[in-house]
Amino acid sequence: MKKQNPYVGIIFWTLVSFLTLFPVYWLFVISVKPAVQLFSTPGVWLTDPYWGNYAKVWGDRLLRSYMLNSIIISTGNAFLCTILGFFACYALSRFKMAGKESIFFWTITNRMAPPAVFLLPLFLLMTQVYTIGEWRLLDTRIGMILVYCTFNLPFAIWTLRPTVEGIPRELDEAAFVDGASPWQVVTEVVFPLCRPGLAVTLILTWVFAWNEYLLAATLTNFNARTLTTGLSEYVTSTGTEWGIMATISVFTLIPALIVFGLVQKHIVAGLTFGAVKG
Amino acid sequence: MQSNRLGWILLAPTLVILFAFGVLPFVYVLWVSFHQWNPFAVDPTMVFNGADNFRKIVFDADFLNSVGVTVMFVFFAVISELIVGYFLAQAFMREFPGKAFFRTIHTLPLIMAPIIVGSVWKLMMTPSIGIIPHYMQQWFGISVNIGTSPFAAFTTIIIMDIWHWTPLVTLTLIAALVSLPADPFEQAQIDGANKRQIFWHITLPMIAPAVVATVFIRLMDALRTVDEVWMLTGGGPGSATRFVGVHIFKEVFPKTNYGYGSTISVVVLYLTIVVCWLLYVTMLAPRNTKKG
Repeated sequence: MKKQNPYVGIIFWTLVSFLTLFPVYWLFVISVKPAVQLFSTPGVWLTDPYWGNYAKVWGDRLLRSYMLNSIIISTGNAFLCTILGFFACYALSRFKMAGKESIFFWTITNRMAPPAVFLLPLFLLMTQVYTIGEWRLLDTRIGMILVYCTFNLPFAIWTLRPTVEGIPRELDEAAFVDGASPWQVVTEVVFPLCRPGLAVTLILTWVFAWNEYLLAATLTNFNARTLTTGLSEYVTSTGTEWGIMATISVFTLIPALIVFGLVQKHIVAGLTFGAVKG
Repeated sequence: MQSNRLGWILLAPTLVILFAFGVLPFVYVLWVSFHQWNPFAVDPTMVFNGADNFRKIVFDADFLNSVGVTVMFVFFAVISELIVGYFLAQAFMREFPGKAFFRTIHTLPLIMAPIIVGSVWKLMMTPSIGIIPHYMQQWFGISVNIGTSPFAAFTTIIIMDIWHWTPLVTLTLIAALVSLPADPFEQAQIDGANKRQIFWHITLPMIAPAVVATVFIRLMDALRTVDEVWMLTGGGPGSATRFVGVHIFKEVFPKTNYGYGSTISVVVLYLTIVVCWLLYVTMLAPRNTKKG
């Protein structure tokens, strides 16, 4: 690409960043305002921050356990979806299976369902069908990890497929000639080569699971509640505690930001969607 | 080709999970959709009423209106995200100091939960406490009230969606642009093609698969948007932002009209699948099968 005055880029991106960051900044402003000031004239600049909301949220043991649940559920779900999605893509790309294009398209239809009415059947399944003796799948972390697969697994399959297709078959065949078992080919030859795509899939599925609200709000009640459901507990009939809500929001943002920052450079490499292979 | 058994073994966990948590609930919803059922009414029995719900849906003005609103929303939001995303992706193709830093900032909206996005925008937009109506009034004398003006509410939701999802489009388009070979562009410049010709005849056809894949994902997710809209406007004012997802939500939760809600969901899912399938077979499938 051609060379240009570097300041043009900086000025342009500073302006764009201002627009991008403003709602995030505003979230922060709300979180450091005492409740009485919220309804006074809005001011853009932060004066005299009040850290009471942070102390309150951090001191809340319940919210800390929600945070732990969120971390376990979204990490577990992201790894499960990425690995199963990779296996599925390998199967769809290397084997001549009957109806594989239909299977591929069918997986994504699971992501299209409008969520509201699916809550009841999922609830019934998890309380009455997926049980072992006294134990029920409802309100367990493993239950949420599995439920989140309905929207994350199809996404993983769709983003990983071009990556897996992009690995030349000659590599598989060369490994077979060298005496590798099929399992070794999948895990030791193809898997490492797909690393950029796998990294992106992992992070995006993690973010989707971390941010999910409706399913978590319905299918958990105590043991597996996540941070996003913690938000809605502050919308009450007597009014919404916006300051606390904003503070929890900031808390949900921080882990996501850390995870995203760590894998930033893999993202562009992995998100090719098979645009150009060659 | 290897033996098919390994293929099915690798695919099995995916099929089992999606069957247990996707297909079974769908079968249940399909079954309910042929019934009149309100589990919280005085008489909570499920009454089979054949195709009555489906007949009702065709003449249901509220539903048809919500489809119209959804189509408008998806169209404007996805088109704007594509255009803005493309320009930002092009801007990221140039070298300038602090590029990685700006790229990180630009992905920030993507990692915010939809329900949080809805809350923040509600706080910014609510008349009397929100900063945007306040300064719009003070600086431009324009009154912005998402509680009473359908236009303001609808526009705010589109802007919010653009803000939230353009980063995803930018990322996928950067990935597509980065992987383009340089030769055709150099050749075109030597032949004296102008910028517009290069865009329409070289860049666009080459990034088309990535564009279609992005549109596909965005289309699918935009069609089932609920959380943000529910937080921001609750579907109002009137029915201005009552998208199909919100419409179903209202039918199922406040009204507990479960049978009819299921019918709407089945119809919406069917329409979504048809649209996506058409997009898939015309744009994406040729590319996938060509490789096999």
